[in-house]
Amino acid sequence: MEEREEILRMENVGKTFDGSVVALEGMSLVVRSGDFISLLGPSGCGKSTALRLISDLIHPTSGRITWSGSHDVGDLGVVFQEATLMPWATVAENVFLPFRLRGKRFGDVADEVQDALDMVGLGSFASAYPRELSGGMKMRVSIARAMVTRPRLILMDEPFAALDEITRFKLNNDLLRLRDRIGCTVIFVTHSVFESVFLSDRIVVMAARPGRVVRELNVEEPYPRAEDFRTSSEYAGYTREASGALHEAMGEVA
Amino acid sequence: MSFALPAEMPDTGKVDADELKRRQRARFERVGKWLLPILMLALTLYAWDRIVVLNDIPHYILPGPGLVWETLIKDWGTLSGSLLVTVQITLMALAVAVIGGVGLAILFTQSRIVEMSFFPYAVILQVTPVVAIAPLIFIYVENRMVGLLLCAWIVAFFPVLSNTTLGLNSADHNLRDLFRIYGATRWQRLRHLQLPSALPYFLGGLRIAGGLALIGAVVAEFVAGTGGRASGLAFRIQEAGYQLNIPRMFAGLVLIAATGVVIYAALSFLSYMLLRKWHESALKREG
Ligand SMILES: Nc1ncnc2c1ncn2[C@@H]1O[C@H](COP(=O)(O)OP(=O)(O)OP(=O)(O)O)[C@@H](O)[C@H]1O
Ligand SMILES: [Mg+2]
Repeated sequence: MEEREEILRMENVGKTFDGSVVALEGMSLVVRSGDFISLLGPSGCGKSTALRLISDLIHPTSGRITWSGSHDVGDLGVVFQEATLMPWATVAENVFLPFRLRGKRFGDVADEVQDALDMVGLGSFASAYPRELSGGMKMRVSIARAMVTRPRLILMDEPFAALDEITRFKLNNDLLRLRDRIGCTVIFVTHSVFESVFLSDRIVVMAARPGRVVRELNVEEPYPRAEDFRTSSEYAGYTREASGALHEAMGEVA
Repeated sequence: MSFALPAEMPDTGKVDADELKRRQRARFERVGKWLLPILMLALTLYAWDRIVVLNDIPHYILPGPGLVWETLIKDWGTLSGSLLVTVQITLMALAVAVIGGVGLAILFTQSRIVEMSFFPYAVILQVTPVVAIAPLIFIYVENRMVGLLLCAWIVAFFPVLSNTTLGLNSADHNLRDLFRIYGATRWQRLRHLQLPSALPYFLGGLRIAGGLALIGAVVAEFVAGTGGRASGLAFRIQEAGYQLNIPRMFAGLVLIAATGVVIYAALSFLSYMLLRKWHESALKREG
């Protein structure tokens, strides 16, 4: 496999809250361009903490995080568990936000905004308000907003956890299609073994108390992945492996 | 009122008992909201009139509603001038309360130092009854109009300040993180996140402030006493009281109450118009 450009490197990163709560300990991770990395683990194992550290909202207690090359605020796109849209703004204005905060005028990037909306299948909803959309559609807007600036790295914190299974499957498929189209690099937090296997090429299995990485697992299934990957024996194999690692991680605690 | 099915709810033939009940309740809500208060008013006026007539109560003790109405029309020349003065003071006080309240709230959220220094005094100003402060104000402030304005402002500005402060700090925390991740400046955060988040709270405070500004203006004028030509309704009521002109007192009272209702309705309408596209409070009314 050819060596892809390195984007970000976490070295032995730890975070302790209030002087005693060890949310994350000794996490090391190298993110390369085109990676789709899942952070998989039980509640409280520091997945969100890892994302917050990467997005510079909090700072590591130990270790360090380094971006390769020049790094500025436009390098990151984020999707939270809730769609986190501005209810007073239209769909297009919401997607425009990352540009707006970088001082761009709407007229100059209207094409990019429309393009992002088209890509998530909401091209005709540009002037709708968030309250007119279903949960799944809101999440699509959130994804469009995260990638409209074509950031080097997109962070997603359990983006589909609040959605029903059918919508979640559909969005999983669409997310992979998007990945294939724009070649984005993603770190994706999830509780779901199935989701992590279907989406990612690397699964980082984590354990709680203290939050730490227990296993890294590669899913050697090339992209683009079709829906029938879900029913293949390889898929079953990977989910078994990931579940095993996850149970091991949780068993250590119990 | 017709009890036929409204056009927006076509009878599809698939109406069960629950749906019927729901429609019935909706219809009742729609009609009752207006009809019942009006009916109530009519009944009260009728009873009032009967009591006065049947008991032969002299008009210098309790005038009937008819006489109050006549007085309102007869004295409209004087009363309307005073109404204008009261409305003017109320609206000016409300405007200053909005500017001062919102301005101070923005200052508070921009600087903890300012907030910690001034907030206790804003509270003190609020909890001190205006009737207690007003006499002092009229000693130190020469201009009567300015004094009245100051009193009305003291009463009205606090709800704007406290609600707007609350609103500015109530922005969704994930959105706040998002703004930080995208490197938003202080100004961008205020303009695109905090001010829109605060709008519903501000409008709630404004509605309260509208009524309070009127109360402040009226109370202050009672305290200020005689005022010659540029007198508001409060002074007219006081004056009519000295002259035992009870019908005119009632007429003045009616005008003040009506002014309060109009202000409240206008601010509610403003609030509805500004929020109807996105905010829950406005959505309920549509449905
Ligand atoms: N700001 C904070 N202050 C104190 N403790 C915190 C803070 N943020 C997180 N923690 C603690 O750190 C640990 C890891 O939290 P984190 O949110 O990263 O877990 P998570 O893996 O994202 O869990 P979940 O799957 O429930 O979202 C938890 O025990 C949590 O209580
Ligand atoms: Mg989390």
